[in-house]
Amino acid sequence: MPLELLEFEEPIGILLKEIEALGLLPKTPEREREIAELRDRVGSIRRDLYANLTPWQRVLVARHPSRPNTLDYVALLFTSFSELHGDRLFADDHAIVCGLAEHHGTPVLVVGHQKGGGDTKEKIFRNFGYAKPEGYRKALRAMRLAEKFRRPIVVLVDTPAAYPGIESEERGVAEAIALNLREMAMLSVPIVVIVSGEGGSGGALGLAIGDRILMQEHAVYSVIPPEGCAAILWRDANRKMEAAAALRIGASDLRDLGVIDEIVPEPEGGAHTDPTAAATLLDEALTRALEELARDSPALRLDRRYDKFRRMGSVGLVENDAEPAAGEG
Amino acid sequence: MAWFKRNRKPIEANADRASRVPEGLWAKCPSCAQILYKKNLVANLSVCPKCAFHFRLSAADRVSSLLDGPWTEHDATLASTDPLDFEDTKPYKARLEAGTASTGLRDAVIVASGHLDGYPAVVAAMEYGFIGGSMGVVVGEKITRGIERAIAERIPVVIVSCSGGARMMEGTLSLMQMAKISAALARLDRAGLPYVSVLTDPTTGGVTASFAMLGDLNIAEPGALIGFAGPRVIEQTIRQKLPEGFQRSEFLLEHGMLDTIVDRRELKATLSRMLRFAGARRDAAPPPGPPPANEPDTTDTETEVDAPEPGPSEAEAPAPAPKGELTEPPPSDQAT
Ligand SMILES: [Zn+2]
Repeated sequence: MPLELLEFEEPIGILLKEIEALGLLPKTPEREREIAELRDRVGSIRRDLYANLTPWQRVLVARHPSRPNTLDYVALLFTSFSELHGDRLFADDHAIVCGLAEHHGTPVLVVGHQKGGGDTKEKIFRNFGYAKPEGYRKALRAMRLAEKFRRPIVVLVDTPAAYPGIESEERGVAEAIALNLREMAMLSVPIVVIVSGEGGSGGALGLAIGDRILMQEHAVYSVIPPEGCAAILWRDANRKMEAAAALRIGASDLRDLGVIDEIVPEPEGGAHTDPTAAATLLDEALTRALEELARDSPALRLDRRYDKFRRMGSVGLVENDAEPAAGEG
Repeated sequence: MAWFKRNRKPIEANADRASRVPEGLWAKCPSCAQILYKKNLVANLSVCPKCAFHFRLSAADRVSSLLDGPWTEHDATLASTDPLDFEDTKPYKARLEAGTASTGLRDAVIVASGHLDGYPAVVAAMEYGFIGGSMGVVVGEKITRGIERAIAERIPVVIVSCSGGARMMEGTLSLMQMAKISAALARLDRAGLPYVSVLTDPTTGGVTASFAMLGDLNIAEPGALIGFAGPRVIEQTIRQKLPEGFQRSEFLLEHGMLDTIVDRRELKATLSRMLRFAGARRDAAPPPGPPPANEPDTTDTETEVDAPEPGPSEAEAPAPAPKGELTEPPPSDQAT
């Protein structure tokens, strides 16, 4: 299946069509050379495009339909995956997956949002990665197993948001997320969080408390989708590009702001162009993080995890001693 | 870490000051349309005497309604640096200044300590008049410091939520305040100290999905809008009208998300009983006079009672509307 191209990748699309057309003609050494040259140009154009992504283009890449999803990475990074289903309270949410797995021979728990690659049927089955309360509760149940058996937890974050529907509210999605925030702060086993695609507000954060927050180069992590932000603040959802820029949701901005610890590079042209290479780069960072965290005592890890989130936002604080100009009436 | 204290004036029944409120000598109840003498309304904790509609309270009035006498505000000078240098149709800095001008606060929460019916406690109250009560780094920091203070002094925490959610103009840093406060609440919980969450109209978005739902007891005022996603977002998602009463306190109680719904006039007495159950330390006998629940102790006019006013209101500080529907979308994450 040819890779789906994003709008801004159109120059690549034209070249790929040329290559395809040439490929249908009888092979000659000259034609082969021509094809090789075109391929080089595709590579260099892609390099340029991806080296200078606008904030909105980053959002599109993070949401790319061919971007590797959680189960893709599970297959590439772990062995012996056995999925665990259900929250033992209401249902099994297919938008969050949990499972026992091995990472280079060490048992770990894997938890992640699952958007559903492939066809529409699969996407609907996964509710497009919009998790419901039972998903967050399943995740906490599984993470408590990891705590009991002293196994590290690896989290993959990739969701547009928690599901905004009637049943989500009825079953307390806010409470489910809130409880995860509080309880994940107290799990004494190592937790490595990887923001791999779309870090969509509270729905993302509900799984994203950990000792190390890694973020893939072209992932985004935001308090609100740019379209929603534009609709409220600009009163026009079409101003999403300005909103995407203003929100500073890319990996390097978030590293500067102290929200994430490390940017994990992706292959040229994004993880979707070469999932195996993307997984190799990710594995390097993940392995290193797990090794480092394994050296610390549980008490030290908990203190450091607390301090890490405790500092978030310090960059935006100032003591302003001037009397506030209180308005009368 | 330095603690910045500001002593609020003692609360005293001062009819003069209440009557000095320039506009709004009269207020119309948005629920039953009764014309109310504002002084009486304020004396009734801004609850309509006829139909019990709960007007929105300012943060200062809220704290005064819960603490016994003079109280100490903490970290009042903490302010946002506008870390993202954010600008939409106007600069975020201008919105911050407008919020300060209309509320006298540096940001959308007051964190105070004092005595709640004799129980030493940390009380935080959110200020809807400051950018829709939205939570950015200042709200996150002040509440976290309040919780840490409570852990150090081994006293309870009460947080009164009134917020549209996480503040968009501080981006992902706002989102992280949910994690920061929840981590502090985890430590409070493990220290065996009580935390009561009071949910008032409105409590939505990232505030609901963090500290507002984490109380040992979650109690709400009647008729408050409480939810994660905003009603408009849900309607857009499911493409149908929402049922009557959806995301109101009574709906949440019915679905098992609240311990109880309490009339504001009973709130202090209810909290007092809860703190007694939790074994909180009680320092002093409560001040003489009628039971706290009936005490008309909101006459401190330092911050005006948030009642409907004639004339245009700031976009960032919409006057309370009936049934809690906002006339303007708050600039926070719930409205997506
Ligand atoms: Zn009324």
